[in-house]
Amino acid sequence: MLSFLTRRLIVAFLVAATVMTLAFILTRLSGDLATSIAGPNATQADIDAIRKAYGLDRPVLTQFFDWVGRALTGDLGESYFFKARVSALIAERMPVTLTLGLTGLVIALVVSLPLGILAAVRENTALDRCVQLVALLGQAMPSFWLGLILMITLGLQLGWLPISGTGSWQHFVMPGIVLAFSAIPALTRLTRAGMIQAMGSDYIRTARAKGLSRASILLKHALRNAAIPVVAIAAVQLGFMLGGSIVIEQVFALHGVGYLAWESIGKNDFPVVQAVVLVLAVIYVALTMLADLMNAVLDPRLRGP
Amino acid sequence: MSALLEVEQLEVGFGSRTSAVRGTSLTVERGETHCLVGESGCGKSVTALAVMNLLARGGHRRAKRLSFQGEDLLKLDDNGMARLRGNAMAMIFQEPMTSLNPAYTVGSQMTEVLRRHKGSSQRVATDRAADLLARVGITAPGLRLGQFPHQLSGGLRQRVMIAMALMCDPQLLIADEPTTALDVTVQAQILRLLAELQRDLGLGMLLITHDLGIVARVATRVSVMYAGEVVESAATAQLFADPKHPYTQGLLRCVPVPGKQRQDEPLGSIPGTVPRVGPGFEGCAFRERCSFADATCAHQIPRKTASPGHDYLCRLPAPVKALT
Repeated sequence: MLSFLTRRLIVAFLVAATVMTLAFILTRLSGDLATSIAGPNATQADIDAIRKAYGLDRPVLTQFFDWVGRALTGDLGESYFFKARVSALIAERMPVTLTLGLTGLVIALVVSLPLGILAAVRENTALDRCVQLVALLGQAMPSFWLGLILMITLGLQLGWLPISGTGSWQHFVMPGIVLAFSAIPALTRLTRAGMIQAMGSDYIRTARAKGLSRASILLKHALRNAAIPVVAIAAVQLGFMLGGSIVIEQVFALHGVGYLAWESIGKNDFPVVQAVVLVLAVIYVALTMLADLMNAVLDPRLRGP
Repeated sequence: MSALLEVEQLEVGFGSRTSAVRGTSLTVERGETHCLVGESGCGKSVTALAVMNLLARGGHRRAKRLSFQGEDLLKLDDNGMARLRGNAMAMIFQEPMTSLNPAYTVGSQMTEVLRRHKGSSQRVATDRAADLLARVGITAPGLRLGQFPHQLSGGLRQRVMIAMALMCDPQLLIADEPTTALDVTVQAQILRLLAELQRDLGLGMLLITHDLGIVARVATRVSVMYAGEVVESAATAQLFADPKHPYTQGLLRCVPVPGKQRQDEPLGSIPGTVPRVGPGFEGCAFRERCSFADATCAHQIPRKTASPGHDYLCRLPAPVKALT
């Protein structure tokens, strides 16, 4: 178990280091940062002053190690546009994004687990095909379009839910549904496949031979094994939701981290862009590790002899 | 008193094209070991699964009579059947490596049977599980209860399966090739254990095997299956001494007997393979491979009685003695 953890930690660290490097390189590749910060009407003198003030005149490697060193101590630099600490900016926006992502994940799981189990139990029936079709439609639907449709129907016509902002929990329901829609197809199909495989296995035959109840066979013996890949993918999906909620945050005017990233890219506010990429990557890595740990809880074979 | 298990004219099909079992009849008495022998694919496992109502999806069974302790199993719904399974009738399988759930401890999987059928507390169930593990020859049962299947060897897992099957004191134990997947030395141990348990607990046992050596050692009665039919059934000594059906005779010729077999003499074999038999098939399914067969074998074959308790399915008169 300990060596399993150590291995996972080393991999996580390497991934984080790679992402840091890439985030740094990519922002530098987007053009001369001093010129774009200074704006179209700036003189050469202004640009030089900005370059000096932000330390962009130093060798690239020095800049990189300076940034990495500060990031390790939690100092992510300062935003040009917002004139504020980047860490404070992100900390302020993070709750919105986390709430949105978790809402999306919970909705996705609440929908896809029962659907997947149902489809597996009724394998190759009309119901099964219907579930698969719905899943396919969900995957094919663009999220901004679904968001707008929901706003029009649930928000404007029926008036059940607020259409934008972050004032109450109701504000997160619609964007949560939209985010969940992108995760539901994969999770449903994975649950279905896992359940079908588990239900055909020898240990389920044993469970039936033991005369266990149908509920125990399905939910205790089969689902426990079918859940292993689902947990891994659910964690990855949550990562996608946190990082990929940029569009949804736009549509529903949720001022989360995605919105911040979008704004900062437009303004060439590179310390913010670098930091957002870094923070999301670290969260992603942490989620994958969490999924591995949960898998080890679910599957004793992963814990070693 | 009715027999422990009575199967009469059992038919099992998968879809409409294959008949896996075609009119099998057999009886298991209390306290006896009834061996069901035959080649792979002859329908012996399917017979057992049909009795337990554990057929895979798409399988359907039909029988003139299927009763356990006088109770008609065909009339029981899924729930009623589940109340019997693991309780009064238990089953162990060929694949000890995959028959236990990898996600739960041995203890958890054993105790849930008793909790389900007898409503016992976890404490009582754990004590019973530890006792049974010790009974099937597992040392340090307390330790094993907390372990997961992947931490045990194949032989140990099969012992756990046997102990688990005994949790509720079953009357009938169906063992489907319980030793096939194990090492030869472990095979002997498991077989000895099963024979001992059967004797001590007075179990009725339906033992499925393709190994005539096993039959000779443990069986009270033998039924030989071929292409979904029981072609001969007799008390063990009777069957070995006086096999009537050409297939049984062929099977016995395939077993090397030390001292009797000459070095330069090849071991017997049965030419050809088991035919696929669909619905509406008539006559003897063995006729293609039988050296005594003629045109009449393609018609309905009568079941004959050689002596009380010894019957066989062949139109030939009994005196076709093995050609050894």
